[in-house]
Amino acid sequence: MPVELISANHGAGLAATLAGRANRTGRGFCCGVYPITPATDCMEYLCAQEIEKSKVVRVESEHSAMGVCIGASATGARSFTTTSSNGLAYMAENCVTAASLRLPIVLVVANRTMGPPWNIWADHGDSLMLRDLGWIQIYCADNQEVFDTVLFGFRLAENAEVMMPLMVCMDGFTLSHTIAQINVPEQDMVDRFLPITTVPHQLGSTPHALGQIEVAHQVASHRRQHHEAMEKVFHVYTDIQDEFQQIMDRSLPDPVVSYRIEDAESVIISMGTIGATAEQVVDDLREKGQRVGSLRLRMFRPFPMKSIRENLKTARRVAVIDRDISLGFGGVLWGEIKAVGSRNGLIIQNYMMGIGGGMSGRSIFAGF
Amino acid sequence: MREPSLGGIVQTEQDRKRPLLRAGNMNCGGCGMSNIFQLLSHAVAGRDVKLVIPACCGAITAHTYPQSAFDVPTILTTFASAASVATGIAAVAGLNNEETRVICMAGDGGTYDIGMATLSAAAERNENILYICYDNEIYGNTGGQRSSSTPAGAVTTSTPLGKRENKKDIMAIMAAHRIPYAATVSIAHAEDALNKMRTALDTNGFRFLHILSPCPTGWKSEPAMGIELVRLAVRSGLFPVYEVFHGDRYVINIEPDFSDEALSMYLSLQRRFRKSGVTETSLRPGIDKYWHGLRMLSGRIVPARRH
Ligand code: SF4
Repeated sequence: MPVELISANHGAGLAATLAGRANRTGRGFCCGVYPITPATDCMEYLCAQEIEKSKVVRVESEHSAMGVCIGASATGARSFTTTSSNGLAYMAENCVTAASLRLPIVLVVANRTMGPPWNIWADHGDSLMLRDLGWIQIYCADNQEVFDTVLFGFRLAENAEVMMPLMVCMDGFTLSHTIAQINVPEQDMVDRFLPITTVPHQLGSTPHALGQIEVAHQVASHRRQHHEAMEKVFHVYTDIQDEFQQIMDRSLPDPVVSYRIEDAESVIISMGTIGATAEQVVDDLREKGQRVGSLRLRMFRPFPMKSIRENLKTARRVAVIDRDISLGFGGVLWGEIKAVGSRNGLIIQNYMMGIGGGMSGRSIFAGF
Repeated sequence: MREPSLGGIVQTEQDRKRPLLRAGNMNCGGCGMSNIFQLLSHAVAGRDVKLVIPACCGAITAHTYPQSAFDVPTILTTFASAASVATGIAAVAGLNNEETRVICMAGDGGTYDIGMATLSAAAERNENILYICYDNEIYGNTGGQRSSSTPAGAVTTSTPLGKRENKKDIMAIMAAHRIPYAATVSIAHAEDALNKMRTALDTNGFRFLHILSPCPTGWKSEPAMGIELVRLAVRSGLFPVYEVFHGDRYVINIEPDFSDEALSMYLSLQRRFRKSGVTETSLRPGIDKYWHGLRMLSGRIVPARRH
């Protein structure tokens, strides 16, 4: 398997290219793309590729980028796009459509602070703002994970039981612009891993309408179905993980990545690249004799409650690190962990780190 | 004054067997959009069609899930994304060598206002889309507010004393994109309308049809009067009927008689113009000016009006 030395942005673009090619015997691959820092490189990479049976439409806004993906996916093609920050906010309206029409679009989000005042650095506030729409959200910690998650994401999103859009999130610049090694599978391996896209409700030749008005009980039952499909994600995830292992000969991390958790009294919970730093901090503290472990949440929606509860069995104190803030409340992740983790005697404290691209290195943990 | 929009035109073998818009839809009685669909059914005939409809009255037309009043695959989109969603559909049809005609059916709000950037971009890229704007000159679906297509003097719920600004010239905007085909369509002139719809369906690249669409609800007019109102607008020169090929070849299709009587009837048959005091006399200079420009563009030297 060749190894490429590329950025996570290019890695995501390369994975999308391979996934696009894998659909050449299906209805093809079609994307709408629009530049925004720090996701731009991914879009540039994609625009430079020649993909059989594909069209990349260079649109005038993120709103339209998602619009093109909706049209393409609604007629059965594989569809992908990428954005960040205000681009995601601008795209949000169509993200609602993509979710509610249950279209398996994969979106790479290079997480960035919302502006103005303008700031281009990492912050999870952008993707977390879209928490409740019905998108699967996965947060990555390194380049390989970004690459693998894009391939994996299509497989998961397009699974008949799941059938909904998926967001692959990576910290802007920290990951998007960091160059590192990525193991790149051959096209035939991707072809084996990713069967052609089938959208069962696609617009074909029989008259039916997608997205027309619904009365209350219909909306309620569609929401319920969507919610139930979310719950199926975990077991489908495990199945696809096994296949990924067989075909790619490497593993893909679980929805919750636990580190030295078995006997941990104190647990650090985080998402994205801070999770990787947290693991190093755990090593440091273990050397000092403290029983510390780390949980890195890869999957944020659906929320892996069961797995978190199991991993907090021995814990007495939990430090939730948020690279975001829900103003008037606190950290978004903290709120979610409190909702599932609370039990007598368990202290769940909130820490903010790296907001607006602030420092998130090992030394910062020492201050906590 | 009652007459079917297809007056004199009978259904032929080649016509579509079933209408694009079935009975039992949610349109108000006398809605011009229903007439447009009726005409479009004939023009579409046996072609494979997909409809894209943004938030507008057309989105309600389909009626509630799971039934649909549209007889072709249809996708309802957000307000500003008809042209972008249609782009995706047309692209995938192209990748699969399908002859599918992708038709956006959008109101004036989704065309002149919120959807303008998306529309302009799709036109600039010359996407293979037929974009039809049924222009009822009002936000009909939200209860009748002004849009940038509302003519000066018209009372709407957000301009209770009558709109002050003039209607935006959408055709000039679309022509400036140099798209292969743009045309204005009168539903009172069925043959001309059908010809244009067929031309638009047969052309590749971005096509735009601008259709004046009576809205009894917003215009405060009698439902049965819709087609007559359009006829009066055409006769008086208020709604010019013409085509633009590639942004530079202008063809005027119907020569109005610039009748002040027709203009006055057009205004008086609608209650939306009552408060603001627009009259045929106040409108005439604007109409003359527009026609002067149009004649220059079309290369026809005909006096702008008879006195
Ligand atoms: S409000 Fe006007 S445009 Fe809308 S359905 Fe009724 S008549 Fe037609």
